[in-house]
Amino acid sequence: MLITCPYCGPRDVIEFTYQGDGNRERPQPASQNLDAWNAYVYDRLNPAGDHNEIWQHSGGCRAHLKVVRNTLTHDISSVAFARGDHKAAARHKAEGKA
Amino acid sequence: MAEYSAFSLLKNALTGNKDWKPAWRKPDPKASYDVIVIGGGGHGLSTAYYLAKEHGITNVAVLEKGWLGSGNVGRNTTAVRSNYLLPANTRFYEHSMKLWENLSHDLNYNVMFSQRGCLNLAHTPAQLDDLARRGNAMRHLGVDAELMTTAEIARLIPALDVSGAARFPVVGGLMQPRAGTARHDAVAWGYARGADRRGVDIIENCEVTGFLRDGDRVTGVSTSRGEIRAKKVAVAVAGSTGRVMQLAGIETMPIESHVLQAFVTESLKPFVNTVLTFGMGHFYMSQSDKGGLVYGGDLDGYNSYAQRGSLPIVDEVMSEMLALFPGLARVRMLRSWGGVCDMSMDGSPIITTGPLPGMYLNCGWCYGGFKATPASGWCFAWTIAKDEPHDFNAPFTLDRFHRGMVIDDKGQGATPRLH
Repeated sequence: MLITCPYCGPRDVIEFTYQGDGNRERPQPASQNLDAWNAYVYDRLNPAGDHNEIWQHSGGCRAHLKVVRNTLTHDISSVAFARGDHKAAARHKAEGKA
Repeated sequence: MAEYSAFSLLKNALTGNKDWKPAWRKPDPKASYDVIVIGGGGHGLSTAYYLAKEHGITNVAVLEKGWLGSGNVGRNTTAVRSNYLLPANTRFYEHSMKLWENLSHDLNYNVMFSQRGCLNLAHTPAQLDDLARRGNAMRHLGVDAELMTTAEIARLIPALDVSGAARFPVVGGLMQPRAGTARHDAVAWGYARGADRRGVDIIENCEVTGFLRDGDRVTGVSTSRGEIRAKKVAVAVAGSTGRVMQLAGIETMPIESHVLQAFVTESLKPFVNTVLTFGMGHFYMSQSDKGGLVYGGDLDGYNSYAQRGSLPIVDEVMSEMLALFPGLARVRMLRSWGGVCDMSMDGSPIITTGPLPGMYLNCGWCYGGFKATPASGWCFAWTIAKDEPHDFNAPFTLDRFHRGMVIDDKGQGATPRLH
């Protein structure tokens, strides 16, 4: 399997570390909504087909990437930087500005 | 149907083996059943068997999408053991071990259960302490476990590199003498035959495409062979759990599907007489009765529903094998294959009523489902028949994650690919 890193180009999957399901939304650190925390930690969509996931190019530029990969065929339809896109991170930033 | 016995073997040998009957029928599905079991793998078939044998519920259909035993029951590395740390797991898997010990007699089908032992190697003193702790926990619950020294291990497995010069020197190990292997296909066929003889319909090439509902209650399934109604619908589909539950409108589960590879070499003379696990990576090996070394390692590491693996893991597993057995460098690998594992969030299974009324769920086997086959079916049948779990599977609920009652034997946390 090759993943096309936006910085480094197509690289073998052994250069990358899988960081799991990219669909999950992390609650605010101070959140006391147990259902939201439980869903974040334990519940997975686990689709047979296109799957949003996070990978790190740990053996290369070390960028975190959001990847759409098909779990039946391993075809990768999109790779982009995860930076700034992480849902909790984006919220922190917005709150910081406010 | 004739009993299998030495006499029937001899009789059929003398008549040219022309009179053997099929081991199970190929019935068309009826319009309704008391219980439908979705999934004709080891767990589904053993569930149907114990429903009929232990609870007298024989109006049962087992629906299998492909052919019987085409999934994980025919793709595993056949190891059977009960060497767990946590009491819930130890009790459940030890119950399974006891069922294994009488399984061939019970089924009148030789599952070739061979109690050759399972040895976990330790490569550091700390790891040996950890194994001793697990061994003590096992013995505390009446399970056999013995700590072995390097010298004893060297006598048991002469080919193993136990020299101080090994990349990861062996400092000892934990042996469960009653553990072993069984012939996985025979387990599927034996349970299928046993269930069929008690009246269970095993329906192959019958894919579930949806659930029939009356409000929340599940009242049957629609399949590629028409609608089938049932008072109770049991799901035992391992790696396909997410897909099947989505048909019932349940979007998320505490499960990820991952692919696990397995390998077999050309036949060798007797080489390793136990199930052996490596402590410094993830590698396990046994030798089949035919002589091939059967072995495997880690998951590929990312979600997959493809029943095939990728090359980096092949490379990793081979290097782990050579770290233990440098002498195997020139042995040829015959085959490799992959199976889709339902990796749960704590590494332990789920056998429970629900999550919908009329539905029963059996999943989350990670890559330890084969050894659980008898107890999984036994406990699931109990749960279906009595609408409540047996003590053995009471801890394995679906809501344990949200209640903070996880059973995490490895202490790995909610990272399914690492269990």
